[in-house]
Amino acid sequence: MINQDNPAGSRPAAGPLPPSLQFNAQGRLRHLLTIEGLSGALITEILDTAESFAGMNAQAVKKVPLLRGKTVMNLFFEASTRTRTTFELAAKRLSADVLNINISTSATVKGESLLDTLRNLQAMYVDMFVVRHADSGAAHFIARHVAPHVSVLNAGDGRHAHPTQALLDMFTIRRHKGDFTRLKVAIVGDILHSRVARSQIHALNLLNTGEVRVIGPKTLLPAHVEDLGVHVFHDIRAGLRDVDVIIMLRLQKERMESGLLPSEHEFFQLWGLTEERLALAAPGCIVMHPGPANRGVEIDSRVADGPQSVILEQVSNGIAVRMAVMSTIMGGSVNQGAGA
Amino acid sequence: MTEPVSTLLDRMADALRRHLSEQHITDPALVGIHTGGVWVAEQLHQRLGLNEPLGKLDISFYRDDFSRMGMHPQVRPSSLPFAVDERHILLVDDVLFTGRTIRAAMNELFDYGRPASVMLAVLVERDGRELPIQAQVVGQHLKLRADEQVKLRGPDPLRLDIVQLEPAS
Repeated sequence: MINQDNPAGSRPAAGPLPPSLQFNAQGRLRHLLTIEGLSGALITEILDTAESFAGMNAQAVKKVPLLRGKTVMNLFFEASTRTRTTFELAAKRLSADVLNINISTSATVKGESLLDTLRNLQAMYVDMFVVRHADSGAAHFIARHVAPHVSVLNAGDGRHAHPTQALLDMFTIRRHKGDFTRLKVAIVGDILHSRVARSQIHALNLLNTGEVRVIGPKTLLPAHVEDLGVHVFHDIRAGLRDVDVIIMLRLQKERMESGLLPSEHEFFQLWGLTEERLALAAPGCIVMHPGPANRGVEIDSRVADGPQSVILEQVSNGIAVRMAVMSTIMGGSVNQGAGA
Repeated sequence: MTEPVSTLLDRMADALRRHLSEQHITDPALVGIHTGGVWVAEQLHQRLGLNEPLGKLDISFYRDDFSRMGMHPQVRPSSLPFAVDERHILLVDDVLFTGRTIRAAMNELFDYGRPASVMLAVLVERDGRELPIQAQVVGQHLKLRADEQVKLRGPDPLRLDIVQLEPAS
């Protein structure tokens, strides 16, 4: 794994991850690799566009012609059902042609290098790569090597970033709570291994969220997490008091080196979200989870399925938000003067 | 050069009543195109005394210049609070020029259902059609030079401005 010991992309082994790589010379968003480097205004614009796409569900034909004739390739080096499916649906609702490539079972097994794979796929006239990879910096690497007209969308790279997940979470929070400046948001659990948490913290900061808290055991918090502008709690009961939004993270069992915690049962005892703990939060607090949830490990089923849970809404919102991101980075590829 | 907007709206409402009765249409569904078209549609809706709420379309996702221009920065949600199937739809816009906006609006409309008919009412029309599209009801026909543009300002009060376009550099 690249960047095993350097969270937040501070010193990634894959080379510098310049946020500026995301923008073209005209300042238009060309790739979405990370939330860092975006402005609050751009995030708001993307969320507004997503709101319009969400309204499309009223249409008999749930499809718009924006990306007609474009080819989107879902390049998944790491398994994911929900993310890949919502990216696929988003691209299809924009009328793009979509291909799904599961690389772990294809070319790399035959010893082809990532760059060779990429060049071959690019020769098939692909306009956008949606990339999921276990290594931090993989999407940046691909963005640096694609042809000028090709866009890259990071669908999760290692521990580094998962920008569309963060955007769909912001969309979900905004729909329920409106103004971010007065909100207290708590992110709970395995922050260390979570690219989702990192992207969420950046997005919440850019939207001027009142207070962002992270709650978890010391062993599952990255070093210097306070530098991201969050308040750290090692006691879940204190951390959840009066919060408006709780974001539970999945315990990344497959990423977990041994020895970070004693057992899943004990994790639930100390950090799991139960109805009793949820009652400490502000009335009307919403409960979020990027999925898939480990029931009985980080979240009790009664909370995951309860009235304050918006977990399934997050999934639906993922389609509209990914449509907004795709159309934002794919539009205006030919830069010409303003028309009527 | 332009008449007061209220005069144009009264004229449109009269023409619309005539047109609808000639076509034996008793229950048209009004759909305004964001943003100016919605303002005009709201006024016509009042003058015609319709009860059914107004539909609103934002055609950003159906524009034919998306690949050149990119996403419009301020997209508003479309909302059609009625079933489009078998309805007589009256599309309303502020200015009819090339006809491309109306083409996009019709494409979007048909993604909601199959209307019985589609009519078009515009506050102002000017020459320069690039598509075979024609309005049934027009507030005023304006003769403008190629370097002039007419814009509806609003919503309160509604006012038509003729603006000089910057010469292309």
